[in-house]
Amino acid sequence: MYNFDFVKPSTVDEAVAALADEDAQALGGGQTLIPTLKQRLAMPSKLVSLKGIEGLDKIFVDRGGNLVIGAAATHAQVAATTDYPALASLAARIGDPAVRNRGTIGGSLANNDPSACYPAGALGSGATIVTNGRSIEADDFFEGLFETALEEGEIITEVRFPIPEKACYMKFIQPASRFPLTAVFVAKFADGVRVAVTGASNDGVFRWSDAEAALNTTFDAGSISELSVDADDMISDIHGSSEYRAHLVKVMTARAVKAAL
Amino acid sequence: MPKDSGIGASSKRREDVRFLTGKGKYTADISVKDQTFAAFARSSVAHGRINSIDIAAAEAMPGVLAVLTGEDFAEVGGNPAGWLITSRDGEPMKEPKRSPLAIGKVRHVGDAYAAVIAETAAQARDAVEALDADIEELDAIVDMSEAIENSDNLVHDEIGTNLCYDWGWIEDNKAAVDAAFESAPHVTSLELVNNRLSPNAMEPRVSIGDYDASTGDYTLHTTSQNPHVTRLLIGAFVMGIPENKLTVIAPDVGGGFGSKIYHYGEEAVVLAASKKINRPVKWVCDRSEAFVTDAHGRDHVTKIELATDKEGNFLAVRTETQANMGAYLSNFATVTPTFLHGTLMAGPYKTPHVYVNVKAVFTNTVPVDAYRGAGRPEATYSLERVIDKCARELGIDQLEIRRKNFIQPDQFPYTTPVALVYDTGDYDATLDKVAEIGDLAGFAARREASEAKGKLRGLGISTWIEACGIAPSALVGQLGARVGLFDAATVRVNATGSLAVMTGAHSHGQGHETVFAQVVAEKLGIAEEQIEIVHGDTSKIPFGMGSYGSRSLAVCGSAIVRATEKIIAKATKIAAHMMEADAADVVFENGNFTVAGTDKSKSFGDVALCAYVPHNFPHEELEPGLEESAFYDPANFTYPAGAYACEVEVDPDTGEVDVVGFAAADDFGNVINPMVVNGQVHGGVGQGIGQALMECVVHDGNGQPLTGSYMDYAMPRANDVPSYVVDHSCQTPCTHNPLGVKGCGEAGAIGSPPAVVNAVIDALQSGGINVTHVDMPVSPSRVWNAIQAAK
Ligand SMILES: Cc1cc2nc3c(=O)[nH]c(=O)nc-3n(C[C@H](O)[C@H](O)[C@H](O)COP(=O)(O)OP(=O)(O)OC[C@H]3O[C@@H](n4cnc5c(N)ncnc54)[C@H](O)[C@@H]3O)c2cc1C
Repeated sequence: MYNFDFVKPSTVDEAVAALADEDAQALGGGQTLIPTLKQRLAMPSKLVSLKGIEGLDKIFVDRGGNLVIGAAATHAQVAATTDYPALASLAARIGDPAVRNRGTIGGSLANNDPSACYPAGALGSGATIVTNGRSIEADDFFEGLFETALEEGEIITEVRFPIPEKACYMKFIQPASRFPLTAVFVAKFADGVRVAVTGASNDGVFRWSDAEAALNTTFDAGSISELSVDADDMISDIHGSSEYRAHLVKVMTARAVKAAL
Repeated sequence: MPKDSGIGASSKRREDVRFLTGKGKYTADISVKDQTFAAFARSSVAHGRINSIDIAAAEAMPGVLAVLTGEDFAEVGGNPAGWLITSRDGEPMKEPKRSPLAIGKVRHVGDAYAAVIAETAAQARDAVEALDADIEELDAIVDMSEAIENSDNLVHDEIGTNLCYDWGWIEDNKAAVDAAFESAPHVTSLELVNNRLSPNAMEPRVSIGDYDASTGDYTLHTTSQNPHVTRLLIGAFVMGIPENKLTVIAPDVGGGFGSKIYHYGEEAVVLAASKKINRPVKWVCDRSEAFVTDAHGRDHVTKIELATDKEGNFLAVRTETQANMGAYLSNFATVTPTFLHGTLMAGPYKTPHVYVNVKAVFTNTVPVDAYRGAGRPEATYSLERVIDKCARELGIDQLEIRRKNFIQPDQFPYTTPVALVYDTGDYDATLDKVAEIGDLAGFAARREASEAKGKLRGLGISTWIEACGIAPSALVGQLGARVGLFDAATVRVNATGSLAVMTGAHSHGQGHETVFAQVVAEKLGIAEEQIEIVHGDTSKIPFGMGSYGSRSLAVCGSAIVRATEKIIAKATKIAAHMMEADAADVVFENGNFTVAGTDKSKSFGDVALCAYVPHNFPHEELEPGLEESAFYDPANFTYPAGAYACEVEVDPDTGEVDVVGFAAADDFGNVINPMVVNGQVHGGVGQGIGQALMECVVHDGNGQPLTGSYMDYAMPRANDVPSYVVDHSCQTPCTHNPLGVKGCGEAGAIGSPPAVVNAVIDALQSGGINVTHVDMPVSPSRVWNAIQAAK
């Protein structure tokens, strides 16, 4: 680790002001950032903790029936909720208890690791990511590996999840990290089905639109049996080839649909 | 009735109280007054020429006290190979010099070429980044076959080859083995990889060098499995420090699995640096460094052939192996693929002809050395996999083919064609036992139930044997060892009858403090609580060889028994003096000395007190005090053996393998503490499952490690292993050590990988597919690929 300053503001405005400094960086639960610092792979001048902001970890259902999760809510807090079981179950399977007790939804979405769980949950739910300045639809938020629509110094404050009729998150773990090797979030809303895939693509989380179309016709596992996923853009590494990941996308989608029913 | 103390009791591990409550004292917990910190500059390329290292900027950094490079060690000796192997052509193996810091070239990612000593660890690390090293990257030598063929690109230019040795065992038998293959009715052959493993002890290595200029004494606190061996290597070979001026202390050590046997360059650097700056120097390895500096394990590529008749009787075994040495010879690297591997290739079978060829190869990778099982897992895996394949080819039941080839109980002592003499065993007994405890009769029904869920189920068998309790010094000396392999113990009885046992063995998790106390308590008839076990400090303990090769109880435990017998002999004389009897008439039983035929009796405590209050001792016949030492050199290895049965479920859609059952029936001879033995088997089998399904060090073509953290190096966790069914009631006591014990520490890691892989293959030969081999680690993607290829 290199030296850095540390501040813990108590309001979003103060946090945004503190982040205006060059090389200042937001700190959520630190479960991604702290290991990076320990490896000396990042050199922020200042860390701005979001953990001291009153109410930033609130979780409630709003009048429109959306589950609203504050950006600083930990994975453990979300795992303990009951309004959106598929999302709670996603949170409950991130990392280990120590990671879940510190890591936050805001940090996970802002980081947009191509193998992270929450991006699939947010994209699969058609969630809205709310920042200090604006609201961004999930469809516009994720812009490829570790890239998001967030501007320099912009912080996520909350995430609004419409609650579907049926949903399931199927996670096939990478044996070492236990992040998804490939995972699929399927959500069926009154106005349609969304299928979001993480861990598989070189471009990060994506929607499998062919499967969505097929499932919009009939929501059962059989309706995707004739589909196939193009392996060209899939990740290939020591844990699995692109063909394997393309195959897993289909298997996990079918299993998610089956389990959601 | 199970006993509640002494030999055979499941005494609770006394050391666990401090380990589980965070009170263990590890090397990193030690702070020496005025200590400074070392950080190492490590190569980021696998192979490179060091053109220059400019240390000026680093020296000028805040807090920096010294910068050392390879040049500082140009005059001292190299870290030696502990075992000389002779090639088939009679030439000695190639032994390049290994300096504590690289000189001239860096030879693997992580190879240290400089060290910075500073007031704080962070300052040392900052200064490492300020070093200006001009290292010219060279083509990396990664693949073993290419390394052997390509003599233009060498890991060590001065030896003129990448081949360390080409060893045949036994060369004189080769012609007969080849002839047996020529005429054999059936030959099964298999090419397989024994995957490279990273040891991953929970505690990374730590060393503190402390030189005292006023006395010229050096103290090294370090994470070692064998402090005396480390002292000998550093003192006599590397730094030329007289042994009387060097104390090595290895306090609580958090696991080693072999990786902490060896002397590493960092130990020499902290000692040299401490002398240079006249202050103690501490180095704490982090996990990333551990992945690229702790000696790795395994890494063999093998072709094995098994010749049989049509009924499955084994006629001959022949193997060809490439064994990766990595970039340098770690201390016991050369013996692992040879005498710890080739000599086991007969297994528990009466195969008349066996020949083993091993080529040891230098590559630009982390050095490879002994890792839990060391050579025997590689032998067992090759043999048990080829037998499994042979049985499938001949349509013979997996148990049946083993039974018809087992050495029979009336054939012991049995000399194998690869020169070991098995003293005792009963291989059918453990196979019967595993069939019972693993409910093999119920497998068909379980397979049906799995298939009904869409899963493939497989059953894998492995019947293993190993040679451990390392080792008879005379034998290993003939075979090229440069060390003796005895062990030592001192029993020091206190005046009040309690006592301390100083042992040459070193506990780094095994439970010696409990088990050794049980042995002494039994022999002396005193409570375990009265016995303290002391290990790990060369200034306190006798010269012993440390712990590895499942030797602690078989070798050091035997020394403890011998020392305890001497205590009894001396105490008997004292008791005779106290009771005014003839020593020949004094009997020692249940902790009391009695004069036969009288009611005269003295307790062990009475005698101990008298030994230190010798008011009217006949000093010409009887010395005061009660303290004895013994050195024990075993007459042979011990040969534990057993039968393992593994059941897996395979998900054909994802390739995921779930180990759903594992039964282990082992013969460890007499068992001192059944609970501790269970723990050793559980841990070993867990590591074996890790090797079979998950663990693997991978390098890319440039020698860059792709598995440098737990993000990519897969370690098994509790939910990856089943609830084991373990039995060690089949006991053929070792015939040559006083406790009748055989080593149990490595067994699980030796016997389990083939059981797991055989089970996967069994599953993949059901449900209409026919996969004949998948290399370890049998990961989901490999299984899926194999299924696709077999379709
Ligand atoms: C052992 C382990 C296992 C894990 N397993 C999984 C897993 O299975 N699945 C999974 O999805 N993840 C996993 N993770 C990652 C974990 O979920 C992290 O907590 C998460 O990715 C980052 O959240 P954080 O709050 O810790 O963010 P931090 O590490 O604090 O920050 C991450 C990044 O986000 C930025 N940031 C943080 N909060 C905000 C905000 N509100 N607005 C804008 N930017 C912000 C930071 O500046 C930084 O760039 C694992 C982590 C570990 C250590």
